[in-house]
Order: sequence, then structure tokens, then C-alpha cells
Amino acid sequence: MPVSTTPQGQPIWRQRTTRAQWLQFLAWLAGVSLFLVCWKVISDNTMWVFVEDAGRQGADLISRMTPPEWGYANVLWKPMWDTINIATLGTALGIMMAFPVAFLAARNTTPHPLIRSAALVVIVSSRSINSLIWAMLLVTILGPGVLAGIIAIALRSIGFVGKLLYEAIEEIHPTPVEAISATGASRLQVMNYGVLPQVMPAFAGISVYRWDINIRESTVLGLVGAGGIGLQLNASINSLAWDQVSVIFLMIFATVLVSEWISARVRHAII
Amino acid sequence: MSEQVEAQTARQQAALRGQWRRLPLIESPRLRWGLAIGAVVYLILALASVEVDWQRVTEGAGRAVNFLGAFMRPDFVSRYDDIVAGLLESLTMTLTSTVIGVLLAIPVGLGAARNISPLPIYFFCRAIIAVSRTFQEIIIAILFVVMFGFGPFAGMITLAFATIGFMAKLLAEDVEDLDWRQVEAVRATGASWWQIMNYSIQPQVMPRLIGLSMYRLDINFRESSVIGIVGAGGIGATLNTSLSRYEYDTSAAILLIIIAIVLLCEYSSSHVRRWTQ
Repeated sequence: MPVSTTPQGQPIWRQRTTRAQWLQFLAWLAGVSLFLVCWKVISDNTMWVFVEDAGRQGADLISRMTPPEWGYANVLWKPMWDTINIATLGTALGIMMAFPVAFLAARNTTPHPLIRSAALVVIVSSRSINSLIWAMLLVTILGPGVLAGIIAIALRSIGFVGKLLYEAIEEIHPTPVEAISATGASRLQVMNYGVLPQVMPAFAGISVYRWDINIRESTVLGLVGAGGIGLQLNASINSLAWDQVSVIFLMIFATVLVSEWISARVRHAII
Repeated sequence: MSEQVEAQTARQQAALRGQWRRLPLIESPRLRWGLAIGAVVYLILALASVEVDWQRVTEGAGRAVNFLGAFMRPDFVSRYDDIVAGLLESLTMTLTSTVIGVLLAIPVGLGAARNISPLPIYFFCRAIIAVSRTFQEIIIAILFVVMFGFGPFAGMITLAFATIGFMAKLLAEDVEDLDWRQVEAVRATGASWWQIMNYSIQPQVMPRLIGLSMYRLDINFRESSVIGIVGAGGIGATLNTSLSRYEYDTSAAILLIIIAIVLLCEYSSSHVRRWTQ
């Protein structure tokens, strides 16, 4: 414990040594300066007139959004069905691709360290690119529509499911694997009877969790033309029909809440 | 011996006869078959409603090849200024929004922890968390762009708002299952509310809070690369422009930069987390 003494020889208790205190002070100074510099950059790029206006604009927006144009909800059932399809089919496609990738990426099941790093690269690049960016790319390639959305969701899901699943595979109990291999089982048989039963519950949980996230993400994919309710949202915003926008928001809110509830129930049942 | 055999289940007896089958994942056969049939019916309905313009897809195949080619020779140079300006905006937005968001998330998170806050405050804070978590960042960005005008300020507010929901929820969960004995010990010394917070709760949640903030920094950077699409500043706007101009080599360069920065963030945040925990 750092103790310093007064000139009278009286010991004083202190929380940190002088050196630690200085270091902490300097770290705070550096952090705060960095924050201020960043703030300066943002404030230089901002039109402050618009920001000062924000309260009025916000009030105006709310007055335009209420009351919601409830009749518009009838138009929205088909886009909502599309949105759910994008999320569900995308998740299904994604987990199908993520499954082998995860086995290649897990340290204890990978056939070769080189293949492991290749699989990790796939996982990382899929994770670091947002599904909206994937959708932007795919819309230019496949054309606007639900298909681009499904593939975008699938590509984004590979990284997420792959990462969580390979971590689950690395954490399995080695005893069943040893027992199965002691019977003279082949590599694939060991996977099938030793590894798979141990990771199956985790896999199901992860998939449902990702499905829930995907419902949320697929609601906005339409903004870049990849189908679903986002297309309607984009159209309503562009035509400044804010009373329709509020209906869409409420619908998204309800769908997300329901999907979250379902996913929580399913995960609760599994674990 | 015979008693033992009788005690075994039908499944074990079948196994003794050489007809072993593994345990199914879902125990009740009704639920198992119901789920399977439901999945098939859903798949048929869903696939039937997906309309694909195959002609357009074959047309696009050429572009896909172009795009993959662009990844082989990304062009960092010709739009250098735009890329740097976009990146600078994204990075500054990320940092400021994380700091502001985390600072605001701490009171909300403490308020949303059932064991230390009264019921009305609890419901209020939980409502903030629910609203902030339900909507995608990009939807919030649309609203804030209308309110605050185009540019990184709207993006920063958006990310800070999203950070509040994320951090506050996890912080509240953390506070809810902390070790209550330490709180009682500090309270027994006659400490005030602030002192209890500072000496018994803060030390317990701090390591996780720092780790989560680093994680959120990482997420915020990823999100800052897309909210530019709706005009909230950052590298997303540059990426969107380059894609709609079919300048795939520039887009490839931007994507590679994003991946590199995310990797760097992830690597350093895992270091920080190991160091704090």
C-alpha cells in the first residue's frame, strides 16, 4: 500500500503511488483531449442553424406523424410477409453455410491450421460488413428484390453464427469424443456421435437468436432496394407521408417485439 | 441378470438387439413432427412468394465478376480525399457517440436495475431501453437527420441513442446479479447512497462496463459505416456514392478499409477486456 510520510514523520495512507497518480492523470488528459478534438471535427462539419432548429423540426415531425393513417396498414401485410421471409429464409441459408465453416474454424475439429485461418477470415469479413452494405452490393448485382435481401441476411449471418458456434465447439467436453474414437470410429463418425450432440442445443439457440436479430435488420433492407417493408418506408419518407411512416414504425415495433418474445421463449425451452 | 434387463427401457432393449438409435434432439415426437411439417409448409409458402427475375440475375452476373475483380485491385487513390473525409467523420462519430452514450447509459442502467431503484424509475428506464433497442440504428438516423439536418451530428446522436439502450440493458443485468453482501457491508458503515454506489457497486461492475464500452465502440464503428446511407455522415455516404456510380474498385477499397479497422478494433478490445478482467 502506497504510504507517504509528512515532514513530521506521520505516515499518510494514499490510494495510489505518485507515479500511478500521474499516469492516471495523463491518461484522462489524453482521453479528454481526444474526445474534444473529435467533437471539434464533428462540430466543424455541422450546420448549427439546423441543429438550433431541431426542437421545432421535431415538434413539426410529431404533428405530421399523428394521427397515424391506419388504413395504410392494409397495404403493408404483403411487405411484412416479405420481410419475415427475408429474415427466415436468410437465416436458414446463413446457418446452413455457417455450420461447416464453424467446424472448420474450431481448433479441435479443424482438419488443418491453414483451413482454420481461412475459415476465420470468412467469419471476420462476414461479421465486419453490415447487412445493409451486403444488400447494397447485392442489389447492384442481382437487381432489387427479395432475393438480394435474403442473400444479404445470409451472408451477414455466417459470421455471427459461425463465431458463436465455433466457440461452442471449442468448449465441448472431450470425454465423449475420446470414447467414440476409442471404438474405432472414423473422423466423420466422431463428429456425428461425439461432437454434434454436444453442440446441437447451442446451435439451435444461436440460430433462433440470430433469426430475431435478422427480423430487426430485414425491416430496413428495403431502404437500399432489397425488398420488404423498408421499400414502403422509403417510399413514404420520400413522399413526406409521415402519417404512413408512423404506421410502418408501429408495425415494425410490434413485429420486433413478437419475434423477440418468440426467440426468448425458444431459447428458454432449449437451455 | 433378468431383473436388470427388465429394468431397462424399450430403447435400451432395442439397443441390446442391435437396433440402437440416438436420442432425438426434441423429446416429444408430436412436437418434433409438428415442427418439421410446419417448417416444410412454411418453406413452400415462402419460396412461392419470392419473385426472382432470373434474366436480371444473369445480367448481374457480369457485374459480380467485375466486383470480385475490383477486390483484387482496390483503388485507394482516385477518391482519396473523399475516403479520408468519410473515414475521419466515421471515426470521430464513433468515439464521441460512444463516450456520450456510455455516460448517459450509466444513470439509465442504474435506474433499470430492479434491486436498487424504485418501481416508477425502473419502468421509465426500461421503456427508454426498449425503444432504443427495438429500432434499427438506421431508422433512428432517418428521424434525427430530419431533426438535426444532414451531417455527422445527426449520426452521432443516433449512435449515442442506440448505445444507451445497449449499454444500459447490460449494465442493469450486471447490477441486478451483483454480490449483495458487499453492498450490505458498506451500508452497515453508515454510507450514503452515493458512497454505496461508489464503494460497493462501481468496483463490481466496472471491469465489465469497460469491456462492454470497448465492444460498443466496435459496434458503433460498424454502424457508422451504414447510417451515411440516409445522410447521417460517415464513410457510408462515400460507399453508397461509389456503388451507385459503379466505381467498384473504390467501393472495394472502402470495404477493405472497414474490415481492417473492425479487425483492429476487435483485436484491441479483446486485449483491453483481458486486461480489465
